[in-house]
Amino acid sequence: MFGWEFPPHSLGGLGTASYGLTRGMADCGDIDITMVIPKARGDEEKGFARIMGANTVPVAWRDVNRDYVEGRIGALLDPDLYYRFRDHIYNDFSYMGTNDLGCIEFSGRYPENLVEEINNFSIVAGVVARTLDFDVIHSHDWVAYPAGIHAKQVSGKPLVIHVHATDFDRSRGNVNPTVFGIEKDGMNNADHIITVSNLTRRTVIEKYGIDPNKVTTVHNAVEPLSTELLGVEVPPKHDKVVTFLGRITMQKGPEYFVEAAAQVLRKVHNVQFVMAGGGDMMEKMIRLAARRGIADRFHFAGFLRGKQVYEMYKFSDVFIMPSVSEPFGIAPLEAMQIGTPSIISKQSGCAEILDNVIKVDYWDIDAMANAIYSILTYPAMYNQLRDQGLEEVDGIRWSKAGAKVIDIYRRYI
Amino acid sequence: MKAICFYFQIHQPFRLKTYRFFDIGNDHYYYDDFANDEIITRIARRSYIPACEMLLEMIKNTGGKFKVALSVSGTALDQLEQYVPECVDLLKELAATGSVEFLSETYAHSLASLMDPGDFEYQVKFHDELIERHFGQKPTVFRNTELIYNDEIAAMVKAMGFKAVITDGAKHILGWKSPNYVYSAAGAPKLKVLLKNDRMSDDIAFRFSNYDWESYPLTADKYIDWIAALPREEQVVNLFMNLETLGEMQPRESGIFEFMKALPQFAAERDIVFWTPSEVVTKLKPVDVLSVTHPISWADEARDTSAWLGNLLQQEAVNKLYSITERVRLCGDKRLLQDWNYLQTSDHFFYMSTKHSSDGSVHAHFSPYDSPYTAFTNYMNVLSDFMARVEAQYPAEIENEELNALLLTIRNQEHEIELLKREIEMMRNNIVKAQTGDFVPDEQPAESAAEVAKPAAKRVRAKKAEPETGTKAVAPKKAPTKKTSTKKGEPKKK
Repeated sequence: MFGWEFPPHSLGGLGTASYGLTRGMADCGDIDITMVIPKARGDEEKGFARIMGANTVPVAWRDVNRDYVEGRIGALLDPDLYYRFRDHIYNDFSYMGTNDLGCIEFSGRYPENLVEEINNFSIVAGVVARTLDFDVIHSHDWVAYPAGIHAKQVSGKPLVIHVHATDFDRSRGNVNPTVFGIEKDGMNNADHIITVSNLTRRTVIEKYGIDPNKVTTVHNAVEPLSTELLGVEVPPKHDKVVTFLGRITMQKGPEYFVEAAAQVLRKVHNVQFVMAGGGDMMEKMIRLAARRGIADRFHFAGFLRGKQVYEMYKFSDVFIMPSVSEPFGIAPLEAMQIGTPSIISKQSGCAEILDNVIKVDYWDIDAMANAIYSILTYPAMYNQLRDQGLEEVDGIRWSKAGAKVIDIYRRYI
Repeated sequence: MKAICFYFQIHQPFRLKTYRFFDIGNDHYYYDDFANDEIITRIARRSYIPACEMLLEMIKNTGGKFKVALSVSGTALDQLEQYVPECVDLLKELAATGSVEFLSETYAHSLASLMDPGDFEYQVKFHDELIERHFGQKPTVFRNTELIYNDEIAAMVKAMGFKAVITDGAKHILGWKSPNYVYSAAGAPKLKVLLKNDRMSDDIAFRFSNYDWESYPLTADKYIDWIAALPREEQVVNLFMNLETLGEMQPRESGIFEFMKALPQFAAERDIVFWTPSEVVTKLKPVDVLSVTHPISWADEARDTSAWLGNLLQQEAVNKLYSITERVRLCGDKRLLQDWNYLQTSDHFFYMSTKHSSDGSVHAHFSPYDSPYTAFTNYMNVLSDFMARVEAQYPAEIENEELNALLLTIRNQEHEIELLKREIEMMRNNIVKAQTGDFVPDEQPAESAAEVAKPAAKRVRAKKAEPETGTKAVAPKKAPTKKTSTKKGEPKKK
């Protein structure tokens, strides 16, 4: 597998989903998974799969002794494997700016020179594909498609790509031609395409012109929460809390949340609205809240990670995800796990599998405000959504998704 | 000899329009006129009208031997009058044949029988008056909303003076017993119980046009043969279904109308007759006592009340609604009372069901909402506004008893003031008489004496109502009507 993010260093949903799916597949048994990500830090959870950083795979020959390798990257990679990789360098990449081990450095994020990093990742994939023995290549999201294609060309093994999002979702239609090119190339070269929702599947078929027969939907899932997260403690509060949690970007529809908040506050006053996360639209949202005259009731909580996220869910009476276009959207499932009722846009992929949430069109501010009001005002609504939501989300397991993916593999092996 | 007892239900709810929380306190009209018009007109065109015409034709062709019972809910009748009056005319024509019996139920097709005995009685009376006014019949057999029934309801029904009640032949109640007999109610031994024959009713209502059914196609002779083949002792087959079955659930193209029309002829050949429910209970004796502790109904797989009261949302909505019964009855505002009725219709709660699989799809099929949560939100918003209106009339801080006493004083005040005024007038006349020595015409004192007597009598009656009001919601209703009647009377006197 080629991925980009992996917990605990994930930047968005991609890392969580890649991790969950890998675990789910491992639970199905009879499968060895190697996950290659740009930069391994050593604190990733192992055991169910071999996690490997592209920053430890040599692409230029260096004469280094075993102790040195052990000392430098021993925690990340078996030195024997390092030497095996070194034997499969297929071209002279010493011009690429490699380090003392002949490896390329990766940021593992989404830097300015992302396209260059993607290209480097694909170079590394060539070495990995020549060294290891495997049956299927699985690439997670567009940043890893070129790596997958390269591995396929080298090994002749089937390529499955996993579409967690498309550029149409990220840009509300104004696609970046470079990104589109990479995505389209990946889809054309793939033997099979897995999408995280039917919504994304339609985008792939309609916008990228892909044969529907080779596109299958496998919905995302959630891992059961640890007791530590289930038991997070939150301070007492006097007001009801409604929360938006996610990147504050065009894709997530934050302005609809602000507008709905303004509507609700015209009728009820003991409500606090929280927008947690960061993004390029944050300042605009602060200004919008001020213009609507609700700044005293509208708070920006900044970027939350790990446990803080679950504290925020627990602190909230309503979680809201008004995404304009959301390929899947794992956040409402996480909120439901904590027992917080969720309102999601009908344009979210997870709306396809969830029943015990309120679904509204992202642009329908009235309906959104109405739903918020209803959950805050009618206890039965809150209780029913909480109880039924918990039960429902309990049945959405990664192992089921993993089994579906393995079924798809079987068609090509 | 065997008998077939047909009963058809006509019911439509007043569906609510999208009512957002900003509307609470601003907009007091709750109904989706467009949808209500569209739906009842469509169903009337496809089903009610052709079905009624068919029934009329069958009654004429058999010389009145073909008989059916109909139950029309008050809300459906209101809608028919408003949107498809020709259908009401057809129903009146049917009533005039003498072969059609109209059954009693609650005006709003409500759950009052489970929630509020006092209001239940009121609603049944209201409905029966409506039926009598339209069709000239006073119903003697009762069918509750969606055939909801238990021993307590039986006792209430008996107390209202009905001979018999209709309910579902639920398997978990009947066990080995057959629905093809008349039973008596455990809650009221003199009340007879007619049970729906589930299998044979559903053969027509649900399976008639199902190609996968082994008995497809169902023909009239085959169906009558089945009935004829029943054991000799089982004398009556109760076929209860919605009138929509004819033409809407089973479309005209399925041949449902031809099937129905052919029934009397084949029945006559096999010595099978058609009886109305009240005929059945006069002609047949109950064979056993039927005890039903937990309420049953004809809805969903479970055949209980979980279709309306199965989850938290439904329970909350229903409890909130019935928490204000007494208050509403005190109000006597006509529009408020009408909304009160329309909001009680069980369908609103049916839409809030969160059941899955086949039951769930039935709920979803009838629901105008995309999810039970939307249904709940919309209903609760409407109910909030309604409760605020009731509250505006009489603030909640005042206890019901206190309020009653106050209302009585206010009502009596009018009469008292009137009395005093007349006294002053009389005294003035006396003064004038004394001053001028003129004769006052004889009539005037006589008239005023009569007038004084009238309100005084009313006052006594109003006072009688007082002690009951705490427990019974019906009693206070009497008072406001009197109030309006006296008000109307006043200008005439002057």
